[in-house]
Amino acid sequence: MSVYVSSVVNADVWFTLNYTRNCSQLRTRTVVSCTAWICGGTAPSGGCRHKLIILRSRSTDVYQNLALEDWIDANVDLQRRGVLLLWRNRPAVVIGRHQNPWTECDLRAMRRVGIPLARRRSGGGTVFHDLGNLNLTFFTSKKAYDRKRNLKVITEALRRVRPGLDVQATDRYDILLNGHYKISGTASRLSRKSSYHHCTLLHSADRSALSAVLRPSCPGIHSNATPSVPSPVANLLDHAPTLQWEELLDGLEQQYSTGTLLLLLASPGSDSTFPGLSRTVAELRSWDWTFGKTPKFSVQTLLDLTDGRSPARSSARLHMEVKNGLMESCELDVPEDWLPRPLSAELMNSLVGERFCPHRAAAAAAALLRTESGERQSRLHNLCDAVVSVMG
Amino acid sequence: LCTRPLSHVTGTSRCSAAGRCTLLPVSPDQQRPESCRDLKPDDVDDVTDAFCPAVSRGPIVQFKLSDIGEGIMEVTVKEWYVKEGDKVSQFDSICEVQSDKASVTITSRYDGVIRKLYYDVDATALVGKPLVDIETESGSEVIQEEDVVETPAMAREEHTHQEIKGHKTQATPAVRRLAMENNIKLSEVVGTGKDGRILKEDILNFLAKQTGAILPPTPFQEIQTPVTKPPPTTPKPVFTGKDVTEPLKGFHKAMVKTMSAALKIPHFGYCDEVDLSRLVALRAELRSVAEGRGVKLSYMPFFIKAASLGLLHFPILNASVDEGCQNITYKASHNIGLAMDTNQGLLVPNVKNVQLLSVFEIAQELNRLQALGSTGQLGTSDLTGGTFTLSNIGSIGGTYAKPVILPPEVAIGALGKIQVLPRFGAGGQVIPAHIMKVSWSADHRIIDGATMCRFSNLWREYLENPGQHDLKEQNGSLTLSGFQTHSRSHVIRSD
Repeated sequence: MSVYVSSVVNADVWFTLNYTRNCSQLRTRTVVSCTAWICGGTAPSGGCRHKLIILRSRSTDVYQNLALEDWIDANVDLQRRGVLLLWRNRPAVVIGRHQNPWTECDLRAMRRVGIPLARRRSGGGTVFHDLGNLNLTFFTSKKAYDRKRNLKVITEALRRVRPGLDVQATDRYDILLNGHYKISGTASRLSRKSSYHHCTLLHSADRSALSAVLRPSCPGIHSNATPSVPSPVANLLDHAPTLQWEELLDGLEQQYSTGTLLLLLASPGSDSTFPGLSRTVAELRSWDWTFGKTPKFSVQTLLDLTDGRSPARSSARLHMEVKNGLMESCELDVPEDWLPRPLSAELMNSLVGERFCPHRAAAAAAALLRTESGERQSRLHNLCDAVVSVMG
Repeated sequence: LCTRPLSHVTGTSRCSAAGRCTLLPVSPDQQRPESCRDLKPDDVDDVTDAFCPAVSRGPIVQFKLSDIGEGIMEVTVKEWYVKEGDKVSQFDSICEVQSDKASVTITSRYDGVIRKLYYDVDATALVGKPLVDIETESGSEVIQEEDVVETPAMAREEHTHQEIKGHKTQATPAVRRLAMENNIKLSEVVGTGKDGRILKEDILNFLAKQTGAILPPTPFQEIQTPVTKPPPTTPKPVFTGKDVTEPLKGFHKAMVKTMSAALKIPHFGYCDEVDLSRLVALRAELRSVAEGRGVKLSYMPFFIKAASLGLLHFPILNASVDEGCQNITYKASHNIGLAMDTNQGLLVPNVKNVQLLSVFEIAQELNRLQALGSTGQLGTSDLTGGTFTLSNIGSIGGTYAKPVILPPEVAIGALGKIQVLPRFGAGGQVIPAHIMKVSWSADHRIIDGATMCRFSNLWREYLENPGQHDLKEQNGSLTLSGFQTHSRSHVIRSD
């Protein structure tokens, strides 16, 4: 099947198209590399005739790709056309809109290996993204929102490229391989008039890295945030070893749009192509979005206290209420003989209103420690370290 | 509500003027309803169910949760973006609900004031049941999505106005009507409303600019909103500043205690200037070597190393006194703190055991601390245990300063900026010299002026003659060979 590419010139002429015929790479495909994005403009010539557009993102930055989703949702006229966005990210953990990052992933482990955390706009559970994990986003108008139909595109495509492959969509909008292994999870977002449904597709993800980071940062957190439902997963490549990435993408694209389609490569790095995108990227990277949007939760745990100078030990009860990522209240019950009440109270007092963040707490604790010395200081230091470690 | 489709008059939306219908001149065969008592139950849209009391300035509209699709009947309310008493405009987000992995943003169809929220966070909301009560302004129009699509003649023209550079313009139908009647492209108007929304004033401003005159009000305007004032000219910035009070928290709160303790220390100051001309040349040579190993080399590693070499001769400056000034502890490690300007404020991480490190290793450690500092990731071990501090305020600006000692330390140095100034050379000629001012503060209870002065002189000497000093101590000099030697045979610190 062939790809028909139209050159659209809008009266306002706010984009240009650079053609690159890349036949050798993609057989009979003609891929258009865009320097600007075609949007629902009504050109005098009758406009872009394509009802279905496929976009492949060139970026592997999770924040840029999530921002690109937002951008398409806000800027493309989805009433009369649909868009399929294909993207993948360098290793990252992505939590759902209403989830709690402290319960979903091990923030300390992620920091150690340099895996970033992102919160997406859609609901659902936590996913580990890496270059072996394909993301598909189906953009439609709110009226045309149909997750079953979208998943059918994937299952039909997989059966076409590998007949006999046992893939089924479930009632929970997952896709199971051999009736048992989850190879795709779903989440979606509905706005005023538009909607998008995105899902993962495990082609060749690093499963060991996945299990190392997808566990709680610390114990003792009680929250009503959306929990993730863990399932056994598998990679497509393990069960269809000859299915290469490019073949998978081809198959999906052909299934999405039988007939002519427009295939574009998007580079979400430039603001000139996607005006306003960098602002969204900055918002998605910010602490206020990633952590501040966590639904209210409480922390109740027991801290082990030591001296560093003597074998003496003790324990303290900690209770915090966290709202919008800020510590609304802190209660620390330290035995009087271990540390004078005013000292532990001072520590708690300095944390109230501050972010539930180990670095913020560390800075406050370090400042407090300056004015103490001797045994009091080493015990207070130990207490501070214990409190900080609860924050991930 | 008047349920006469407005396309018979102008525009595309249904009239939702509560009370008296105050819209445009109607064609003679149309009857203008006297009041919304003419409303027939069947005329009401299935999705929104609005009622208005007979007499009211602002009728309360029960905004119901509209159909999400896929047969979903209930959702969980996850976040409210508004609270009772908040003013909302059309298209503003009201709340976020979640249903089965779908996150849905509910936006307002009305302009008005929120009067009641029907659900708490985490409660289950039912589709078709009221979500919020909004007190609408009289004369405000309700956007009914279905209608915009249903009237084809208007819709296509509106589309060309709506899509500018791929960006959907936000503008109420009234505003769009106004633009259309005056042949204005919405893409050319700058929106000053929320999210770049185009307001009526923006259209009027645009027109005023175009014609350079105050336009006579169109018949539309005459009837709906009598123009009582001319379109505003470029607004002068008005100072509406109010005092803002907020509590101190976190690090800043803790620093209050530290600084109060610091002021109990009797400070004395001592200032000097250092000629860094030779150091500037040396650093220029060494920079590429360092960068070759992936390390950014500034002047700080040299200042820090020189301080540590000086502390070997004047250990009292690396000491600490107890509460009642009874005992003095001479600290063995030179953990030299570096004041760092972060987004949180001034944090002071320290480089541990500088006495064991070469200039290159100090530079490496500084790179690590700076990277952590810029991302707000410094931990307690980096921020505690300092014994002596240098503050490079000169990187931002300034010459002399009066730094405050950070307890439990007893001395601190503030470094001004490096300036090229004229100085006299050996032969009496004027030469350009790279001069930096330094301001020391020390605890006068245990340190006297002479000690500080001698320390400063020694420190200065190392920096002014980096190639010449060869100490008998294990650390060697600041020369090129010393720089490289240590990177080959550095002592491994235990953390």
